[in-house]
Amino acid sequence: MNLYHYAAPATFYRMAGRWIPWLSWGAGLLTAMGLYISFFVAPTDFQQGEAYRIIFIHVPAAWMSMFIYLVMAFWCAIGLAFNTRLSYLMARALAPTGALFCFLALWTGALWGKPMWGAWWVGDARLTSQLILLFLYVGIMALWAAIDDPKRGDRAGALLILVGAVNVPIIYFSVKWWNTLHQGSSINLMKAPSMATTMLVGMLVMAIAAWLYTIAVAFVRVRGLILERERHTDWAQEALKEA
Amino acid sequence: MMWQSGAEFWSMGGYGLYVWGSFGVTALGVILEVWLLRRGQRSLVNRLQRMQRWEAQ
Repeated sequence: MNLYHYAAPATFYRMAGRWIPWLSWGAGLLTAMGLYISFFVAPTDFQQGEAYRIIFIHVPAAWMSMFIYLVMAFWCAIGLAFNTRLSYLMARALAPTGALFCFLALWTGALWGKPMWGAWWVGDARLTSQLILLFLYVGIMALWAAIDDPKRGDRAGALLILVGAVNVPIIYFSVKWWNTLHQGSSINLMKAPSMATTMLVGMLVMAIAAWLYTIAVAFVRVRGLILERERHTDWAQEALKEA
Repeated sequence: MMWQSGAEFWSMGGYGLYVWGSFGVTALGVILEVWLLRRGQRSLVNRLQRMQRWEAQ
C-alpha cells in the first residue's frame, strides 16, 4: 500500500466517504454495548454507590479531549514540516469534537465532584489544566474563524496548537506532580489497573465508541473542507455534481 | 438483575441528578454536534454548487 496515495485530497475524499457509514454503525453499536455494561453489568461501587457510574463518560471524554489535541498537534507538525495541504484540514476537522469532549469531561467532573467532594469546582492542578485545554480549543477555533486567508489561518492555528501542546502532559501528570484533590489514574501503562474488570471493560468499550464517533464526524467535516479548498479542480467539480 | 424496579433505576441510589445529568448532557452534546454537522455540510454543498453553476455561465 502506498501511503502517499491517500495524502492526495481526491483519494482521501473518496476513501473517507466509504468509511463513514461503517464508523458510524460501529460507534452506535459500541455505545449501546458500553451503556449496557455501564448500567446493567458493572456492580455498585462499595464506596461511591451508583454515583461512580459517571466514570463511564468522564474518563473516556477526558482521554479523548487530550488525545484529539495530540493528534491535532501531530498533523500540524506534519503540515508545517512538509507543507502538506491535507494535514491542516485534519486538525480543523478534529477541533470541534475535541472541544466537545473537553467540555463533557469538565461537566461530568463537576457533577461527580459535587456529591463526592462537596463542590462543583475546586482550583486544583488537574481541573485548572483541563479548563485551560478547553480555552485552547476555543481559542484555536476563534483564530481560524478570524483569519480569512485559509493558508495563513492554517499556519497560525498550527503554531498555537503546537505551543499549547505543552499543556497535555501537564494535565496527564498533574495528579502526580501536585497534591490534587482529583484522584490519581486508575489505569496506568506501568501497573495492573486498580479497578474491577467489568468497570474497566465498560470504560474501554465507551472509549473505543468515542474514537469511532470522532473519526466519523472528523471525516464528514474534512470532506467538506476538502471540497471547499479544491472546488476549482476537475475531480471536485465532479464530486459536487454527485453530492 | 441489579435493579428491582424502574424507579430504583432512575433514582440511582439518590445520585440520579448527577448520573443522568452526566449521561444526558453527553447525549445532548453528541446529538447537537451531529445535527449541526449535517446542517453545515448541506449548506456548504449547496453554496459550492451555486458557485459552480454561477461560474459555468
